[in-house]
Amino acid sequence: MKTSEIAVLLNEPACAHNAKEKSGCSRPKPGATAGGCSFDGAQIALLPIADVAHIVHGPIACAGNSWDNRGARTTGRALYRVGMTTDLTEQDIVMGRGEKRLFHAIRQAVDTYAPEAVFVYATCVTAMIGDDLEAVCKAASGHWGVPVVPVDCAGFYGTKNLGNRIAGEAIVRHVIGTREPDPVPESAQRPGIQVHDVSLIGEYNIAGEFWQVAPLFDELGLRIIGSLSGDARYRDIQTMHRAEASMVVCAKALLNVARKVQGRWRVPFFEGSFYGVADTSQAFRDFARLIGDDDLSKRTEALIAREEAAIDAQLEPWRERLRGKRALLYTGGVKSWSVVSALQDLGMEVVATGTRKSTAEDKARIRELMGDDARMLDEGGPATLLGTYEEYGADILIAGGRNLYTALKARIPFLDINQEREFGYAGYAGMLELARQLALTIESPVWRAVRRPAPWAAERVAGIPLNA
Amino acid sequence: MAEVIKRSKALAVNPLKASQPVGAALAFLGLRHAIPMLHGSQGCTAFGKVFFVRHFREPIPLQTTAMDQVSTVMSADENVIEGLRTLCEKNRPDVIGLPTTCLSEAQGTDIRRLVREFRARHPEFDRVSVVPVNTPDYVGCLESGFALALEAIIDDLVPQTRHGGRRRRQVNILASSMLTPGDVEAIKEWVETFGLRPVVLPDIGDALDGHLIDKAFSALTIGGTPRSEIEAMGDSVATLVVGRSLARAADLLKEKTGVPDYRFDHLMGLDAGDAFTQILADLSGQPVPERIERQRAQLQDAMVDTHFMLGFTRIALALDPDLLLGFASFFSGLGAEIVAAVAPARAEALADILCDAVQIGDLEDLENLARRTGAQLVVSNSHAVQVAERLSIPLLRAGFPQYDCVGGYARGWVGYRHARQTLFDIANLILGQHHGIPAYRSIYRNEPEPARAGAGLARH
Repeated sequence: MKTSEIAVLLNEPACAHNAKEKSGCSRPKPGATAGGCSFDGAQIALLPIADVAHIVHGPIACAGNSWDNRGARTTGRALYRVGMTTDLTEQDIVMGRGEKRLFHAIRQAVDTYAPEAVFVYATCVTAMIGDDLEAVCKAASGHWGVPVVPVDCAGFYGTKNLGNRIAGEAIVRHVIGTREPDPVPESAQRPGIQVHDVSLIGEYNIAGEFWQVAPLFDELGLRIIGSLSGDARYRDIQTMHRAEASMVVCAKALLNVARKVQGRWRVPFFEGSFYGVADTSQAFRDFARLIGDDDLSKRTEALIAREEAAIDAQLEPWRERLRGKRALLYTGGVKSWSVVSALQDLGMEVVATGTRKSTAEDKARIRELMGDDARMLDEGGPATLLGTYEEYGADILIAGGRNLYTALKARIPFLDINQEREFGYAGYAGMLELARQLALTIESPVWRAVRRPAPWAAERVAGIPLNA
Repeated sequence: MAEVIKRSKALAVNPLKASQPVGAALAFLGLRHAIPMLHGSQGCTAFGKVFFVRHFREPIPLQTTAMDQVSTVMSADENVIEGLRTLCEKNRPDVIGLPTTCLSEAQGTDIRRLVREFRARHPEFDRVSVVPVNTPDYVGCLESGFALALEAIIDDLVPQTRHGGRRRRQVNILASSMLTPGDVEAIKEWVETFGLRPVVLPDIGDALDGHLIDKAFSALTIGGTPRSEIEAMGDSVATLVVGRSLARAADLLKEKTGVPDYRFDHLMGLDAGDAFTQILADLSGQPVPERIERQRAQLQDAMVDTHFMLGFTRIALALDPDLLLGFASFFSGLGAEIVAAVAPARAEALADILCDAVQIGDLEDLENLARRTGAQLVVSNSHAVQVAERLSIPLLRAGFPQYDCVGGYARGWVGYRHARQTLFDIANLILGQHHGIPAYRSIYRNEPEPARAGAGLARH
């Protein structure tokens, strides 16, 4: 991919970050760089498409070290959990046989697994040696009669975030708009309920969490014709251009998809989140607003009232246990405030929140929720996190999986909030799980046990003093 | 003797292979106050890091030279120099491991020259050892990358000497990637029982055993072989080499120090245990302690008890070559049969594996082979969970990565005690699969079907 093309991808007019310096422009610092690459980002965005053969064209490192390590769940075929790579050899690279191997690899995948489509991911090495992904995919598609989508996402193009956008771009270019939706099945029609088609962008059904929200969509007559890419099928994504409204879930990275679908097919979109009671309700309201059906709005309000009352009652006992507990939150973007509101719903106090990927608008929301002297962390190295934890006398660190063992080594309670986690927190029911997991770790007796010195050891306490 | 069958497919499906650079990184993670930095794009490191974090459930120090598109084309030399300088400034490590990756190798980096250049430009960091190693992803696997790194460590850090035996009770252990931190611990105890002092290279038993430390955070490894001990390996009375993949590293150590070595393919099961114990008795001049005699007798008892379940059991293995050789010989010693053997890459050890054929391939190959041969147990890493599910047979987890269970890294395979536990575990897996003969009711029996045994119904 040319540098100019990368620059275009980094320019996202619909994104509130766009006025700032582009994160992808700053070169990663050798010896002091953390986080995944563009290839990783592209995989995160597209792998959950369950019935596609995802082939990684490159040496073993890219797929071999990472396959099947993401928490997305599906009701469909588990083809996305089959790791596929061309596993290039030295001969392939030296003799320029990469393209040929890829061509045969696509055939093998089609023959053995009969996928709905094949996605081919470029990696640094194949980008460097100049394999023409686009041409091979086109030829393979013609030969084997299956859509073959090239995703030019070499890791060295930039960050994970850029990889998300590259993936989105590939989907807009090659997939969306290539099929019309099926009619609504007769059996699913209910009297008095007009079915509206909607789509989701940036929802990955981590740990199956969207299954806690999906029944409510059905109840309201909102048919999700396509999701990018939680519990998705290839043929659904093809029809996303026919949605009446689209929601960008908890992420800025795929705004390019929403904006382009809006531009080409006039599908309006909004940004929202399913974390926390307030946000979940707001998401349903926004759908009703964009669709502009009065009856839907009425039914939506009724559903929200019912669900909020129900979850409120269920959360009450948990609130008693969690009230006044202090959380240090370190996550990015929208979650920096959406989770704040979720924690406050539970009676907890958020002492500081990470704002590394947050926009000015996000920060304004944080101030609104946490007060003017809200502590915001722009950088979250282990030392910063632990220092802040101690300074504010926090009871729990809530962050991504990469910080899990930082916390446990320091003997402090932890909750994983990012994509590798094993529990689903989305929707009204997700709040209950969130409360349970918070209490489980905060109240655990192990913390005191691991801080207690051995009877024969001198009086000293390891780690950070626990305020609990 | 096994026939080794070459990879024949264009597409690797459900890869078994982890790459050479992560293997090299693992070797460096077994050194004290060390940090590996992969010369490649940032993703190479990010994946490697997640790979190890999930396996060991530990924070893993691992850095990257962060090659981007421009430096890949124009030259990433400066990335290496800058990365080394940054690590030296920030963390003052004793050792920086510098494995290359497919990207930097294909680009044509000359990693040794870059280290020399770094030395020339930054004499202030002379006390930091930098160990470069060429580990392209496009050949080998985790095991060979690990072995190459070990060879590089010996090459760079062990001085040329002829002091063998100056430390009369010191024994070197060269430990292959087949050994877990639990294994390394067991080997050290074993050696110490004879009054000998082990120097394990690399000591992942000290670095990655998963222990809480007083400090909340460390940017470097929190244990492992100290550099000073590596430098004194030439003083030892002997070197014990565990794992066939380390042959070249062992040759080099012997050439540089003249210390005699004893080589073991693996330390699993009774025979291997006996051989190792005997050498220790010889080296120390001490009788075998009572405690070890007892453990040996316990293993023998377990072998007797479990032979009912293990005999004739059909086993499918998909592991790196050293571990494959070890398990194949362990199972063969118990009367089980290796019906499928898959290795991710070629290695000298494969020809000696006790089965008909070894396939170079992936977990799809394993699945097909195991299905065809009616395997009853799979031994492989966590990626084989789905294979085992589809085959409806149990999985014994071994090798890298193990991410869906806790403590895989702490589990030991070597020595009498661990062998006994392995026997119990395998036997229980097989028992768990056992389905009794289904009940049959005679058509002539003229009585209502009995209620199922449940609450309130005592059974004797």
